[in-house]
Amino acid sequence: MNVTTIIINGIALGCLFIAFIKDRKKAIQSLKMALKSFIKIIPMVFIIIIIIGLLLGFVPPNQISRFVGEQSGVSGVLLVGVVGALMHIPALLSFPLASSILESGASVTAVAAFITTLTMIGMITLPLEIKELGRNIALLRNGLSFIIAIAIAFIMGMIL
Amino acid sequence: MKPGEKQTKQKKKMIQDWFLLGITIVIVVVLLLVFPDKAEAVTSTSQEYFLEMIIILPSVMIIMGLFAVFISNETVVKYLGKTSGFRGISLSILIGTLPTGPLYVAFPMASTLLKKGASISNIIVFLSAWACIKIPQEMVEVQFLGAEFMFLRLILTIIFVIIMGFSIEKIVGWRVKRNKIKEQRGVIG
Repeated sequence: MNVTTIIINGIALGCLFIAFIKDRKKAIQSLKMALKSFIKIIPMVFIIIIIIGLLLGFVPPNQISRFVGEQSGVSGVLLVGVVGALMHIPALLSFPLASSILESGASVTAVAAFITTLTMIGMITLPLEIKELGRNIALLRNGLSFIIAIAIAFIMGMIL
Repeated sequence: MKPGEKQTKQKKKMIQDWFLLGITIVIVVVLLLVFPDKAEAVTSTSQEYFLEMIIILPSVMIIMGLFAVFISNETVVKYLGKTSGFRGISLSILIGTLPTGPLYVAFPMASTLLKKGASISNIIVFLSAWACIKIPQEMVEVQFLGAEFMFLRLILTIIFVIIMGFSIEKIVGWRVKRNKIKEQRGVIG
């Protein structure tokens, strides 16, 4: 049990407590919703942890760092950025995945690029975004997001 | 999308996810049978990551559920529709960070806001904040990547997202202007 775990669970309990005092019915509705999303995310959780296990168990660290490590340079970071943009997994699950590739030799830059493109860019949801906001805004947002994600990644790599 | 249609779509996604999990399990079992010496490393890593996730995931879901129910989409639209300038940007970030669901939920909201006359920069900042600076998401990031990593990425993201919002507003503005000029020329010529 680390500090983060305690804080997250504490916040959840606190919010739940306040919610029950304010509106019992809505609080119960929220819990039902939480249970539903929990069940929905479970298969993905297992898939991700199995992939992490395989990744760390089978792929030697020097292989990972060759592709996305310190010496892989701009192309490695761009590659990870594109993978992040195309992947469609819940953002919550990108963090353990990112942490596992960091553990096995990926650079901070690559990991930051991966998380940032994964959360900000949605190729799968792009048609919906175009429908709701128009082609101009949707394409500009996704395109520029890729550029700023790479910029953020390189700055993070320089500082950390 | 009709509610019934949405439900069947969700069901399909669920079946697809479980099917994918099945395939993944078959692959890992075969791999570990072929390379039994790797079994120890794979299972212990998976187990370690699983524990780290399962200890926070229910709480994260509860926080998201609470905010989704207590803060309705109408409330968000109401607050964002009438602000602009520095206040508008700050509010867009703040409301975007509230833990309420995936990005595709925010598109229709953003569309409504645009029709109501909210500025494009605000909408872009709102969408980006919604996508990548959600509070429970940040907590999970601390859990797996550390506070330093999370805070640095957060600050950089906020700065760049604001720059991006204003850039897109400018670009879209130019395009509209250019089209207008073209139209006028068309009328004269």
